[in-house]
Amino acid sequence: MGKVVGGIGLSHVPSVGPVVDRNRTQEPAWKPLFDAYVPVREWLQRLKPHVAIVVYNDHAADFSFDKYPTFALGVAERYAIGDEGFGTRPLPEVPGDFGLSAHVAESLVYEHEFDLTICQEIAVEHGFLVPMNLCFPHAAHGWPVRAIPLQVNVIQHPLPTARRCYRLGQALRAAVASYPADVRVVVMGTGGMSHQLQGKRFGFMNEKFDQWFLDRLEAEPEELARITHQEIMEQAGAEAVELIMWLTMRGAVAPRARRVHRHYYAPMTTGMGLITFEE
Amino acid sequence: MLRPIPDTSIFDLRLAQRGRRLNKLCAALCSPAERDAFKRDEEAFMSRFGLTDAEKDLIRKRDFQGLIDAGTNIYYLLKIGSATGNGLYKMGAQMRGETYEQFLATRNMRGAV
Repeated sequence: MGKVVGGIGLSHVPSVGPVVDRNRTQEPAWKPLFDAYVPVREWLQRLKPHVAIVVYNDHAADFSFDKYPTFALGVAERYAIGDEGFGTRPLPEVPGDFGLSAHVAESLVYEHEFDLTICQEIAVEHGFLVPMNLCFPHAAHGWPVRAIPLQVNVIQHPLPTARRCYRLGQALRAAVASYPADVRVVVMGTGGMSHQLQGKRFGFMNEKFDQWFLDRLEAEPEELARITHQEIMEQAGAEAVELIMWLTMRGAVAPRARRVHRHYYAPMTTGMGLITFEE
Repeated sequence: MLRPIPDTSIFDLRLAQRGRRLNKLCAALCSPAERDAFKRDEEAFMSRFGLTDAEKDLIRKRDFQGLIDAGTNIYYLLKIGSATGNGLYKMGAQMRGETYEQFLATRNMRGAV
């Protein structure tokens, strides 16, 4: 049977991409971020996941407002690398898992009544790729895990509520558990933490809020899922609403799952958080 | 419903409707050929997307806050920024009314760029 073996909440920022591609990870300003992932990668080698389900948001690379889905699930055998306006990064295509994707789609729609947009093609970009770079570094021939993108609208209000995202995670957990093949799955929720990228409040961060969010995510996720977009935006900046995707990850692991790693670093304009859970 | 937040743009459907032309133009900049076309002849490129004179002027002036107020989504704005040599932090400094250096001085680790 399928099993969710772990969950990872982590921030994505586009600037990490070129740092990885140009091998700048040991520069003083970046080293604290990358060092935090060394034990995470060792942990993942012990967990031996076959598939990463990456709950992320596109930043107008492959999805556009012509038609903008609330929840979009990839059901492809591979995912191309997208161009978000700065050129295509030199990365191998990401292998998908069609069988698991199709099962998750059917389970979420029929059993759990999440009306997904189903995507036969998704070109993935930094929201997806930066978490993959940090947790599952690729080799020349490819990536060490298969991956399934689950794209969430966090950029054009009305957004799904935090509670809806948490429920989606719970449904994802049940969907994986009812998959007949023995597949070990890690669910990643990515985005944020505190940041605002426009207006006079550009560059706003709130470490106190971010640490509070991490505390609650670990101890009281059901309570935390009652947070409103308004509260997140007021306390952590307009773009911090990406944090609702961390709740999908949290819903996908057991309520009593053990927290393994936790880290926080806020060098420039985004609180870069990291938290992991093991079943 | 959402309430206004000082010094903050909340990208809702009204703003998205206002910014339709601008966001279409920005979305095109995800293609290398379109980026070249934009750099070759900005005026022709803007006309192709049916921008109003006021919208064209915001791009001509690199008025990033003006573009946000006109309905450009921040993640779309990044593509114009990139095509015009204005990365996120340069655009942010302008939106804060600061020079790039002044803005960098407010950061915890200014080397993380």
